[in-house]
Formats: sequence, structure tokens, C-alpha cells
Amino acid sequence: MKKIQILGSGCAKCVKAAEVIQEVADSCGVQVIIVKESSPELILKYGVMTTPAVVVDSQMVHSGSVPDKKVIEQWIK
Amino acid sequence: MLSIFTKIADWLAYSILGLAPDSKLGGAVQFFIEDTTKIFFLIVLMIYTIALIRASLNIERVRDYLAKKNKIFAYLMSSTFGAITPFCSCSSIPVFLGFTSAGIPVGITMSFLLTSPLINEVAVLMLLSLVGWEITLIYVLVGMAIGVAGGVFLDLIRAEKLLQPFALKAYQKAEFADEKHMIKTKLSFRQRHDFAKVELLDILNRIWKWVFIGVGLGAALHGFMPDLWFEENLGSGQWWSVPMAVLAGIPLYSNATGVIPIMESLIVKGLPLGTTLAFCMSTVAASFPEFILLKQVMTWKLLTIIFTLLLLSFTLVGWLVNSIYVL
Repeated sequence: MKKIQILGSGCAKCVKAAEVIQEVADSCGVQVIIVKESSPELILKYGVMTTPAVVVDSQMVHSGSVPDKKVIEQWIK
Repeated sequence: MLSIFTKIADWLAYSILGLAPDSKLGGAVQFFIEDTTKIFFLIVLMIYTIALIRASLNIERVRDYLAKKNKIFAYLMSSTFGAITPFCSCSSIPVFLGFTSAGIPVGITMSFLLTSPLINEVAVLMLLSLVGWEITLIYVLVGMAIGVAGGVFLDLIRAEKLLQPFALKAYQKAEFADEKHMIKTKLSFRQRHDFAKVELLDILNRIWKWVFIGVGLGAALHGFMPDLWFEENLGSGQWWSVPMAVLAGIPLYSNATGVIPIMESLIVKGLPLGTTLAFCMSTVAASFPEFILLKQVMTWKLLTIIFTLLLLSFTLVGWLVNSIYVL
């Protein structure tokens, strides 16, 4: 199962990003674990400067906006 | 071009609603309609246009640029970048850490973070359309001066020692974030348009209520406060009126969009310009919710220093501008 982390300091877009990813995962029938992370240490580790950032299985794949649904599909498949 | 909004407001308030132009209510309603229509029109137009351009300016590039820059120049550049980048309190931590871990001194980073809430495209645009270019210029210069001076001061007192330990360590190691984490993108026009659209909706969503509150208060002041009330009571620039204005601004947590319409009314009613500026900057930049966020990367001591620094500089600016304008 894929582990998806959403990095950001609790902004509205981070919540939205988590919702959209969950939605896409549900509609594709894929099980994922979504974790919202706001720790500054993690933000630093991945060098995130624009939030929300998305990390899939320890690999940062996106940063700075709520990701597009089609793009999310590619990550979780 | 903007006089069309005066005409719309005149027509709606006096012809359609049938209010008398010289009545208090009539004046307030006309002011409210004129300012809200004008502000929303300008915001939609400008945020979209600027976001379209900004889609290609990324913060990583700003960081790399500042990291290589000669120090004296860097404060000014950092403050300038802060001014053109829109501010969202939720990005202050990532930006702070990103800059710090690239070895950019705390002061230079803070020049960015202090200027950012004070000056942005929406604020400048509203100032230009509501209070004219002279005051806009003063506002921008003062905002940047505070950002630069604050940054220089923080580096003089070696503020990096007052960071949270993990942030200090990142600063001392001064490495760029791992290249493999970097995402490089080239945007098509379609993507730029999407970016601008999302940005516009996001900003509108965040500020629309402030526009109504700000303009509403401005309109109430405009219609119901006796003309020149401030001039008669505070117009000689009593020294204590400036620190009072700064203190009054702290709990009134707002952003530039909400406070500028109030600023317009205060100036018209004869509040000295320096006092008005001090009040507005304090409302916009000295807000507890945003400062508490920075606690994650700084110690209380450093936070207190920065907060005090801001309050003092707003007061000094107020006095200075008042004394220049009296002469």
C-alpha cells in the first residue's frame, strides 16, 4: 500500500489536497495511507518551499498547489 | 478610467436608492458601493495578470539568487522579492526554512518575511486607486525600509543563535536541498492560466470578507464621522497619538486589503499621515496568529525581539512622517 504524505503548515490547500487524493484513490479503488505532516523538520528534509507538497513513498512528487486529479492517478497506480 | 465606479455608485446610491447626496447615509452608501466595485474589479484584473507572470517565478530561484548575492545588496533584493511575492502566513515556515538551509542569514530572510505582508500587488494597487501615488510611494518606501533595517539589525545581533536548534543546524550546514527532491517544471500557457485562476480564486476567497469589512468601516467613518474630527482632535500630531495608533492596530488583525479603505477615510478626516501609516502597518504586519507560527523555528526571545522591533519602527515612521508633513 502506498504511503502519501502531505507536507504543509496546515493551510487550507493542504486539507484540500488530502481530500482530492483520497477521492481519486477511492474512485480508482486503490488503498492508500494519507498522512498530513506539519513538522518543520520534515519540511526542511524535503526542501519544501511552497505548500502543499506531496510525498509518495518517501519521494517528493509535487509542490505548491492542490494537485490535478489526472496527475494523482499516475502516482497511486 | 476609474471614475466610472464613481458614476455607478452615484447612480445606484442617489438615483436607484433615492438617497440624498449630502446626507450621512447617502455619503456612506455611495462610498461603500464605489470602493467595493472598484476594489473587486482591480483585484480580479491584477491578481490574474500578475499570477500569469508569476507562474514562472519560483521561490527556489529567488533563494538561489539570494544565496549568491553580495550581502549588502541582498537585504534590498530580499525585501523587493518579499514585496512582489504575495503573502500567505502558511508559507512563512517553508520559506524561512528553505532560505535558512541554503545558508542565507536570518536577517536577509526576515527582510523578505517582514516586507511580504506589508507590501504586495493588491495593497499597492488599492493604495494607488484610493489614496493616490504620493502616499503609495511613501508606503512602499517605508515598508521596504522597515524590511531592510529590520534584517540588518537581526544580523547585527546574530539572530541565528536564537533559532530553534534544528533550524540553526540547518543554517550552519548550509546545503541546498537534495537535488533529487527538486521538481522542475516548464509551464504551458494552459498551465499558467490554470495557475492564475486557482491563485485568483484562492486570494479572493481569502480576502473578500476583508474588503467588505474594511470598506464598511471606511464608509461608516466617511459618512458619520464629523469632517475634520481628527484634525481638530489629533491633527497637531500629538506625540502619543502615534504609539497609541500602533497599539490599537495589534489586536485588529487584518490584511492590507481590509485596512486600506479605512486608511482612505482616516486621511480624508484629517488624521495625520504618519499616524495613519503607523496604524495601518501595525494592523497588517504585527499580528499574533502569524507570529505564533514562527515559534516553530525561533525561540521566544527572538520572536519578542522581532515583534518589538516592528512596533518601534512603525512608531518611528509615524513620528518621522508626521514631522515632515507638518513642516
